[in-house]
Amino acid sequence: MDTASDTGLVVERRGIGGFFDALELDTRLVAMLAALAVIWVGFDVITGGIFLTPRNLWNLSVQTSVVGILATGMVLVIVARHIDLSVGSVLGFLSMVVAVLQVQYFPLGASWNWIVTVLCGLALGFCIGSFQGWWIAYRGVPAFIVTLGGLLVFRGLAWWVTYGTTVAPLDQTFQLLGGGINGSIGATWTWVVGLAGIAAMAFRTVTRRRRRAAMGFPVRALWAEIVVFAVLAAAIVGFVLVMNAYTRPRTDQSQGIPIPVLILIGVVLAMSWLVRSTRFGRYVWAIGGNPEAALLAGINVRRITLFIFGLVGLLAGLAGSVQTARLNAGASSTGELLELSVIAAAVIGGTSLGGGAGTISGAVLGALIMQSLQSGMVLVALPTPMQNIVIGAVLVVAVWLDNVYQRRRR
Amino acid sequence: MTTPLVEMKNISIHFGGIKAVDDVSIDLQPGEVVGLLGHNGAGKSTLIKILSGAYRATDGEIRVAGTPVTIDSPRDARTHGIETIYQTLALADNLDAAGNIFLGREIMTPWGTLDDGAMEQAARQVMKRLNPNFVRFKEPVRNLSGGQRQSVAIARALQFNARILIMDEPCAALGPQETRQVGDLVKRLKAEGIGIFLISHDLHDVFDLSDRVTVMKNGRVVGTCTTDSVSKDDVLGMIILGKLPSQLSSRDRELLQ
Repeated sequence: MDTASDTGLVVERRGIGGFFDALELDTRLVAMLAALAVIWVGFDVITGGIFLTPRNLWNLSVQTSVVGILATGMVLVIVARHIDLSVGSVLGFLSMVVAVLQVQYFPLGASWNWIVTVLCGLALGFCIGSFQGWWIAYRGVPAFIVTLGGLLVFRGLAWWVTYGTTVAPLDQTFQLLGGGINGSIGATWTWVVGLAGIAAMAFRTVTRRRRRAAMGFPVRALWAEIVVFAVLAAAIVGFVLVMNAYTRPRTDQSQGIPIPVLILIGVVLAMSWLVRSTRFGRYVWAIGGNPEAALLAGINVRRITLFIFGLVGLLAGLAGSVQTARLNAGASSTGELLELSVIAAAVIGGTSLGGGAGTISGAVLGALIMQSLQSGMVLVALPTPMQNIVIGAVLVVAVWLDNVYQRRRR
Repeated sequence: MTTPLVEMKNISIHFGGIKAVDDVSIDLQPGEVVGLLGHNGAGKSTLIKILSGAYRATDGEIRVAGTPVTIDSPRDARTHGIETIYQTLALADNLDAAGNIFLGREIMTPWGTLDDGAMEQAARQVMKRLNPNFVRFKEPVRNLSGGQRQSVAIARALQFNARILIMDEPCAALGPQETRQVGDLVKRLKAEGIGIFLISHDLHDVFDLSDRVTVMKNGRVVGTCTTDSVSKDDVLGMIILGKLPSQLSSRDRELLQ
């Protein structure tokens, strides 16, 4: 998008290039959407039309939610030049704690049970994350080491909670968090959510445009604004239609948006707000861009670092609750190797391991791409070792392509 | 003499057993430009980082407008009106101009969120003064030229009504035209009554702009002279030999006491 020359003059391009310039899109995001489209259509052709069915897409969205929730937090970690290898183990440990509290300590069947256990999971997650963050920020141990230790420690603790015994079944209401047969909001509420989303987007576009115009800043061309808005609104309507097209087994009742996906949407909105509109978010990016400059600007780098890891712990509590609810069981192996999917999702989504660059929406798209590949390979019955080979290769090639693109741009 | 804007008295700092700055005293008057000269490793950057809050002095006293102050962090320095433009510019390359100018001092909306509109507006205003051709407000500063990046760093210092400005090697990365721009800016700020420390290892960058020069070597002050009483060669001798020129006027000798 950056066609401005080094003299400070903005060169206007014509034709198709000019059309895309005027839209002021994030090229990387567009490229990822294109990659996603290729994967979807490709698998649909190979599987003879099974991939692009409401049922498969609905399942795909549920499968994406756990990795997606964690990837939004991993973006902040990687942007601030750290890494978190412990998310899978922490999630496993929290999942065990939530399950055990629910079944063995609190009365199963009490209406408040699931809320309290989830809150306990979130709080404990925040504490665990902050504790690891403290070692990193205040004790100067590299994040790689601290969280590598955490990977072992919390997997061990997850086993310790019940000496490896699986805890099941769980609270009926709690199970809805994982999707499942009744864990979606139905046709009407899906439309309400979709239309509310479109209305909020319209409101934001209009107010933003008015404000920029009032301050005398350059604004996007009106037709470009409308095109972008129309495409996004169409995407939301499409999502609503697909989610509603999948019906509950042996009925014609629409499933609608699954609750875990609703949670993911909420997390994405909250994290995007945190990143774009708060001091904390701004400082995380500043630390990633130039840690020394951040210090010299008077930013408390240590406190921010601690809070980043605390936040990831909190998200691990949330994602752990979703995963546990989906399995309807607390098992000490929950979330094994999950950290790798999460890091891969963030990196495929354009988060730079050098720090300072990354987006929340990109990471979620990255998670969706990873999950699409995995789910597609299952549908074409590729053996598991082959799946790993493909995922590994895709990760390396994606990062290489991104590097090439970054170098071209400059 | 009026009360100096800032006085640093008997400042020392030790890193382990090494005395990077050893019993150094300097001062700065309103509207005055003081050049701080010396080889790399002479201690000038360390001294100035004590004033800007990046380091804490082991010993000594800092007075701002006659009042003793403690400067424990860059934030403290800024509350006393001390702004620093670092040699490295200290810009977060991934943020845009406004993001950098307001880094650590963001304008917030009444709801406690970042007010990007207000910050961009203020950034546009201050940049209009410094570099009217600058239009790339939406881009990360990584994409800007050396001179444009320098303007952003200067804008950050000016935005908050600095009374004391520290410029560390302001011309190190600039071409001749941009160096001249910095020179003009220094004169304009001086006329507004701002006191400026210019730090450089290159005498020619600062001699003509400075009212006084202080030369440091091995963590100590060699001497301070008014620039109209010495020649460039005298100062060069001070930098290299670490000794005062023999023909210094009595007034300058007095200044050293």
